[in-house]
Amino acid sequence: MAAKTLYDKLWDAHVVRQNDDDTCLLYIDRHLVHEVTSPQAFEGLKLAHRKVWRVDANLATADHNVPTTQRARGISDPVSRLQIETLDQNCHEHHITEFGMNDPRQGIVHVIGPEQGATLPGMTVVCGDSHTSTHGAFGTLAFGIGTSEVEHVLATQCLIQKKSKNMCVRVEGQIPLGVTAKDMVLAIIGKIGTAGGNGHAIEFAGSAIEQLSIEGRMTVCNMAIEAGARVGMIAADDKTVEYFRGRPYAPKGDNWDAAVQAWRDLKTDSGATFDKEVVLNAADIKPQVTWGTSPEMVVAIDGNVPDPEKENDSTKRTGMQQALKYMGLKSGTPIRDIRLDKIFIGSCTNSRIEDLRAAASVVKGKKVASTISLALVVPGSGLVKTQAEKEGLDQIFKAAGFEWREPGCSMCLAMNADRLEPGERCASTSNRNFEGRQGAGGRTHLVSPAMAAAAAIAGHFVDVRELN
Amino acid sequence: MQKFEKLTGLVAPLDRANVDTDAIIPKQYLKSIKRTGFGPSLFDAWRYLDPGEPGIDHSKRRINPAFILNQARYRGAQILLARDNFGCGSSREHAPWALMDYGFRVIVAPSYADIFYNNSFKNGLLPIVLKADAVDRLFKETEATAGYSLTIDLAAQTVTTASGAEFKFDIDGFRKHCLLNGLDDIELTLQHVAEIRAYEQRRRQQAPWLFADKAGA
Repeated sequence: MAAKTLYDKLWDAHVVRQNDDDTCLLYIDRHLVHEVTSPQAFEGLKLAHRKVWRVDANLATADHNVPTTQRARGISDPVSRLQIETLDQNCHEHHITEFGMNDPRQGIVHVIGPEQGATLPGMTVVCGDSHTSTHGAFGTLAFGIGTSEVEHVLATQCLIQKKSKNMCVRVEGQIPLGVTAKDMVLAIIGKIGTAGGNGHAIEFAGSAIEQLSIEGRMTVCNMAIEAGARVGMIAADDKTVEYFRGRPYAPKGDNWDAAVQAWRDLKTDSGATFDKEVVLNAADIKPQVTWGTSPEMVVAIDGNVPDPEKENDSTKRTGMQQALKYMGLKSGTPIRDIRLDKIFIGSCTNSRIEDLRAAASVVKGKKVASTISLALVVPGSGLVKTQAEKEGLDQIFKAAGFEWREPGCSMCLAMNADRLEPGERCASTSNRNFEGRQGAGGRTHLVSPAMAAAAAIAGHFVDVRELN
Repeated sequence: MQKFEKLTGLVAPLDRANVDTDAIIPKQYLKSIKRTGFGPSLFDAWRYLDPGEPGIDHSKRRINPAFILNQARYRGAQILLARDNFGCGSSREHAPWALMDYGFRVIVAPSYADIFYNNSFKNGLLPIVLKADAVDRLFKETEATAGYSLTIDLAAQTVTTASGAEFKFDIDGFRKHCLLNGLDDIELTLQHVAEIRAYEQRRRQQAPWLFADKAGA
């Protein structure tokens, strides 16, 4: 039998039907649902008098549009409230399990799926959110879909899909101290560009990827979409198996043993070939900071804001000039000299317990700089929040002057009240630095949790490798 | 879904690479539970000088005269000319909804982000890929010629200029078929109910843990 990539294996195992052209009907094992991209899909079902095909394959939560303070009072914005209530009502009507706003298990959809064991190795996982690639971290085929496809999955448990090409991004060698999964993925995007993975499913591999914890792997796969790939994935290994052991939705008893045996094959066969391969040396990666309005506009902490005049491609040069103007930066400015107004630690990229521990270890015993007007920590889920409180991390953050909030997407996309005001500059552990992403006119610099924490204390960017 | 066969329409140029979905339709409008009404908020932060919120009267807002789509010569454009990686970022289908609601039926660019590309077809919006040098030429001609229009023929897979220059484009057979006939994907998939059931039965035996019906099962 021909050697297969991990992507080939996952794809082949889920083909219900090969159509006459190059599309397939692909079976979906898990559908995650949230309030923003689902209401029109449920409405479509209703108008066509269709039912949900497999109720138990769906799991819902409210995350994008929920407040992160004073939840007991409900949602004051009537438009937001209607959206959350619509999700509650749709889930109730179709008997779909929902972790509603006040459920202790509520949180960012990409945090709660793995946390519950509701997304498992070997599954196909979809959600009306581009960061669904996160779930690829365990040898899962996971990708974001639009609302029409949300409706399609609800109605048929399948999607009509065309297979992407295979791409491998290999990171080899020992990860240097102070360098995190976030820095690795930002360095990858910096190298291949924000469209580098278009049309491809990316498998992240190599010894440096293997060294990462499962949470670190989620951070890497999360941002595959920022490299243009709908799908990011990493082979399953012993760490993967241990991560899922005992989780609420994980298989039990004989099913667990059978599942683990099947998961052992969730890796690329030796001899399998990729359409595209990229190799990075982990030793070359330093803590990263984005300077522009696309995640590919990134440099190391010891670098400077680049000069558009040195760019030969005219479209790129224009893009860099527009970015510098929007960001209020001058080329040649050392990254360390960039002063911040706000700090955001959270999002589906970096809001898990390891992220909070990393940030807390930098913050411990120190104070947020007086020039920082707001420093936020928004845990990825209610369970992450509880765990962090058990470890006293909330006390460390609060003592330093951070606000400790309720779980949700929060200032990653600023659909709720957490946002940047025009011109404000933020060190953020989220995934997108697009114009207006964190609030109209807001300026976002993407960094790791440790780098965001260090910037909060100093009031400007600093190299976490030099702390202690 | 709205059919697409042939269209001759005015062209508007948006000369930026990596136009993301946050730029196409900002997050505050995603609170809506409808599919319609996003047109006035298309490219909101570029189009207006004042901040926009859902429910406000967009006709009373301050227009940004520097934004290309606000120029009178591009009013009523149905074809958007764009650069590489158009529609990158989030999976929000509100992006094609907003473009359609504004009046666009076709986009011409050298490349698109995958999810946006896919979402467009589900709504009768045709994203055409042409080589970068062809797109460059169309940009130059659009900017040089008032009232510049193109004719798009989906069946023939051609983009034709008023002077008769023709560019062929590629498109998947399935997507073309659906768009030409305005077909609903779900209806097509439901023709294969027996195969879906058979797959589920087979899979349930191979991997029963994938069908545990609740936590703790």
